[in-house]
Amino acid sequence: MTSPKTQLVPRYLLLTFFALLVLLPVSGLFLGAFKTDTQLIQGPFSLPRTWNLDNFRQAWFTGRFNIFFKNSVIVSAAVVAASVFISVLMGYAFGLLPLPGKKWLFPLILLGYMVPFEAVIIPLYHFLDLLGLRDTYWALILPQIGLSVSFGTLWMTSFFENAPRDLVDAAAMDGCTRWQTLWRVLWPLAKPSVTTLVVLVFMWTWNEFLLALVLVQDETMRTLPVGLAFFQGKYTANIPLLAAGALIVAVPTVLVYILFQRFFIRGMLGGAVKG
Amino acid sequence: MRSNQAYPGENKWKGWLYLLPGFLIYLGFTFYPILETVRTSFYEWNGFSARRDWIGLQNYRVMFYDAQFTNAFLHNLIFILFFCVLPVLLGLLLASLLTRKTLPGMTFFRTVLFLPQVISMVVVGVIWRWIFNPQFGPLNILLKAVGLGSLTRAWLGDFALALPAVGSVGTWVQYGFCMILFLAGMQHISEEYYEASSLDGANAFQQFLHITIPGLRAEIGVALVTTIIAALRVFDLVYVTTRGGPGNATLVVGFLIYRSAFQQNRIGYASAVATVLMIIILAISLLIRRLQNGNEEAKE
Repeated sequence: MTSPKTQLVPRYLLLTFFALLVLLPVSGLFLGAFKTDTQLIQGPFSLPRTWNLDNFRQAWFTGRFNIFFKNSVIVSAAVVAASVFISVLMGYAFGLLPLPGKKWLFPLILLGYMVPFEAVIIPLYHFLDLLGLRDTYWALILPQIGLSVSFGTLWMTSFFENAPRDLVDAAAMDGCTRWQTLWRVLWPLAKPSVTTLVVLVFMWTWNEFLLALVLVQDETMRTLPVGLAFFQGKYTANIPLLAAGALIVAVPTVLVYILFQRFFIRGMLGGAVKG
Repeated sequence: MRSNQAYPGENKWKGWLYLLPGFLIYLGFTFYPILETVRTSFYEWNGFSARRDWIGLQNYRVMFYDAQFTNAFLHNLIFILFFCVLPVLLGLLLASLLTRKTLPGMTFFRTVLFLPQVISMVVVGVIWRWIFNPQFGPLNILLKAVGLGSLTRAWLGDFALALPAVGSVGTWVQYGFCMILFLAGMQHISEEYYEASSLDGANAFQQFLHITIPGLRAEIGVALVTTIIAALRVFDLVYVTTRGGPGNATLVVGFLIYRSAFQQNRIGYASAVATVLMIIILAISLLIRRLQNGNEEAKE
């Protein structure tokens, strides 16, 4: 048998190789955002001579990323707040409350978790048109809540099903209503599960593309990913400018990911995967 | 799922109040559209006229004889190789070589390997369009630098290479996820199995085949099905890298739905394609749940 020390080297080499394969393209994008066109061609992965913010300025003001950013923040905040609140209520009902008809209600919700956006986008377009909601924040918020709530309900149901029953019963003995039991007794325990749900729903909403592409035509209503896609169509060859725009889109989710990594990975390994 | 008892004197329908707000939004903006997609697939409709003609299964008939649909579906199947088979194999390779004990610095590697999963696919598209750029993309620059200038290509503009080029971006997004999933699963395999089999003279490869793979059965199931679904429903990546081109060389089902519905106004046809995609994805999703449940039963 070989000693553990000599086994470590090839393992780290392999890990480093796969990590570099991720890091090189991403850092190329990051560094490129600070360069000029010629600098980028001379050395894709070299450090920029000066940390020049011109590309960001141009994307932010001329490219209207300031507006897209505002739209993304409004839509994400609304979707996260509403989806998480609704999912907690639904998970509580499915997990701990008496619920006649639960057997057929639950699969109904499950269906929404499994279908892709492509399956609902066509009627959504016509339905929102009929309601006069196209080109409004509602067009982006309501369907996204509908789809987030499916996963959120499954996620919170499994938390409430496994919550300590003696605690729930003790609260009832002490005269707590179901509503009080939820918020005073269970909510503090639910925080890790809720945090995971918050970061996942935030990431999905922030990165969502098809809904925002189809349901919004007014340029001033675009979210960041759709704004970036059109920006790319306009400045195809100006890579540093595109890189700056792409960074504005990517930085918020990457920051949230790094800060809440533990919750994130737990959720993703729990079956919630990028679509 | 167990059913919960009402307390004495409690109205057993109270739980429905908790469901009400979520259900209204879900029914209106998810469930009704699902049914409506299926219904629309039996009509011919251009999306704006008041007239809709019931044509039964005609849209489905047209679809199965439509070279664009069969082509697009074939491309999705090829993407399964890139989004699923390659990442799962790479994940297993890494899992087989790492110890089951956590290595120092593993948190760093985990953070990095997961990164492509949290970045918008539009950003991923911007990155790789740059890398594949024929004039100043790092890939061609690298090939020239190492003396392989003859291999430089217009990767995304080449009829034969565009599909594998976009597919390899899918591999790039998914492999870290598979690696982390399998490494997490390895923590649950008892060290005793490996020790016992070592005493019996099993080599590393035999251990991998007879202990690691069966021990990761649930994780492999999750990885297979989720990455297969990612390959079948891919849209954003194709939209930002190639828009299905050159020609229809990277056309996929998701993009065909978008193009038919919102650029060609063939609403009924697009709905039929969407219905077929939905049924395939539902079937695969149900399979994953059966795999997971089957595994839980096996543990008990």
